[in-house]
Amino acid sequence: MSRYQMDNENIKLDFAIKCESVSKNYKKNEALKDIKFDVNRGEIFGIIGPDGAGKTTLFRILTTLILADSGIALVDGFDVVNEYKEIRKRVGYMPGRFSLYQDLTVEENLNFFATVFNTTIEENYELIKDIYVQIEPFKNRRAGKLSGGMKQKLALCCALIHKPSVLFLDEPTTGVDPVSRKEFWGMLKKLKFSGITILVSTPYMDEASLCDRIALIQNGKFLKIDTPQNIVTQYENKLWAVQSSNMPKLLKDLRANYLTEKCFAFGDKHHVSIDNLQFTQEILRDYLLENGHTNIEISEIKPSVEDCFMQLSQS
Amino acid sequence: MKQLMSFIRKEFYHILRDKPTMLILLGIPIIQIILFGYALTTEVKNTQVAVFVPTNDEATQRIVEKINASAYFDVVKYIHSSKEIQPTFNDAKAKLVVVFEDHFAQNLRRTGSAHVQLIADATDPNAATSFTFYASNIIASYQKELMAESKNPYQIIPEVKMLYNPQMIGAYNFVPGVLGMIMLLICAMMTSIAIVREKEMGTMEVLLVSPMKPIYTILSKITPYFVLSCVNFITIMLLSVYALKVPIAGSFLSLVVVSLLYIFVSLALGLLVSTLTSSQQAAMLISGMGLMIPVMLLSGMIFPIENMPIALQWFSKIIPARWYISAVKSIMIQGLGITSVLKEVSVLGFMSLVLVAISLKKFKVRLE
Repeated sequence: MSRYQMDNENIKLDFAIKCESVSKNYKKNEALKDIKFDVNRGEIFGIIGPDGAGKTTLFRILTTLILADSGIALVDGFDVVNEYKEIRKRVGYMPGRFSLYQDLTVEENLNFFATVFNTTIEENYELIKDIYVQIEPFKNRRAGKLSGGMKQKLALCCALIHKPSVLFLDEPTTGVDPVSRKEFWGMLKKLKFSGITILVSTPYMDEASLCDRIALIQNGKFLKIDTPQNIVTQYENKLWAVQSSNMPKLLKDLRANYLTEKCFAFGDKHHVSIDNLQFTQEILRDYLLENGHTNIEISEIKPSVEDCFMQLSQS
Repeated sequence: MKQLMSFIRKEFYHILRDKPTMLILLGIPIIQIILFGYALTTEVKNTQVAVFVPTNDEATQRIVEKINASAYFDVVKYIHSSKEIQPTFNDAKAKLVVVFEDHFAQNLRRTGSAHVQLIADATDPNAATSFTFYASNIIASYQKELMAESKNPYQIIPEVKMLYNPQMIGAYNFVPGVLGMIMLLICAMMTSIAIVREKEMGTMEVLLVSPMKPIYTILSKITPYFVLSCVNFITIMLLSVYALKVPIAGSFLSLVVVSLLYIFVSLALGLLVSTLTSSQQAAMLISGMGLMIPVMLLSGMIFPIENMPIALQWFSKIIPARWYISAVKSIMIQGLGITSVLKEVSVLGFMSLVLVAISLKKFKVRLE
């Protein structure tokens, strides 16, 4: 019984990743607490959370790099502890830090990783073609001399060269410019159509909507797992964006008001969450005028994933 | 196999593209041999000597000639009064002044004894001891000649003969030492740094999440440094035979066999260091402080093991270089065959087995 699904229902085959109550401690720090989730085949699953939430630890457990203290994790039907060799043959992994050989050229890196996975560039060229043509003009340049976006594309090519069944991308867009980030997500969408399951982590909440399903993680705990749309529509309170000429004082005053349940700074506006239906924008405006605010602007807005994250992480 | 070849090629790229490091690695043996061979020698050559001869006679002439003819001394000045002795040292014109007594030959003939004083500049006590010893020997040899001419030829003269190295050439001692040190430096230090670099750069993470066998990773890290060590071995051999005139008295093949064994031990040590450390600095410190210094101080390369306290003598037994240096001395200098260094060979063999076993066991298939 090497494969988990043999003694479980065939339904398990549908899951590219299955995690049951996985926990991990670093000395006294609880890095992961009772993580439980499934990733369907061919899905883009996002792990969304701030730095230090435990994203990388989770990725390393799933890619068989470290051992969990407790719990079971299966990748492509194989156990991460006992069958790690099988997993290593069939997954692609792109660590958060640029982890290619800086003193080798683009082509040498790609060739090296192709042979490491017992394949050739030609064999799976179709899969990486769209990405590789963009870096091909620089194929004789050393990887260390590439720009951030180029490095990312090369790393993705190297992780894809053996046509993995599951692709692990740990913060692939951190430190990459907005244009390259957008391009990168475009590439992930295409890969999804070639049947590759993608587990991707990111600290950028705006990227959450590009995933099929997301898990919000904080302090080693999953706050919620759902589609980005469901997470947003499940937001129960009213949400107002508030602006005035004195933003720091505004935040203080909004938080001091007992009727505004939550208030967070979001770029140039403050988002206020209201769970009291009697509370109107006029009441808030009067309250702020009393406190000496000028140029007050209040508008009702649709919640974003980030609003949901803030809401969930505080409760 | 293709995996391994491609990995080894990658390792060569790393080394060949890091030109400064490669130059250092290939240059170190040359520099060390030249330094030890010509600059850092403990032999005292061409010491400048001044002579004070109050009564010039046949005996003093022959002694001065003998001193001047020796490679160790150059007679640079004749002085004519005892007042000139001190200024000669002050001007740094001489390191040694040979002072004969008045009527030297006459005294020798009449009373059978005569006095000669050797005044040495003992600022460097080691050098002073050496060259006064040489000078005394030269005078003693003249005395011997006189006795041979005399009517009493049955005098027994104690004879000291230095086996294998009658001139006490330093090169005979340090060539095996440099060999032992360089191999360890290249194999242990560079191998451990190369493996740890992959950990530090994060590439180990990617390599681990691949079907690459750990043994391939190890083999491909070891191969280039093995090749480098062989190049260095040949360089040192060529330099010592042709530049320092240290002949290979024994079989070259045995020397190669022992050296390969030692390289293997060093590589295994490097592997072990790499499994114990996670940063290049730590690997460098451990192999530098933990391996190089014991090798220099306790392998018998600089200080004779026989003079050490018992505890250190015991400690020196776990240092592979000690056994290697001793084997190289036997084969290269004394000209003995491989059968006479069986003890050294078996100790090195045992060490390599233990080290490889430990490091394979400790080699991690995961990150922690």
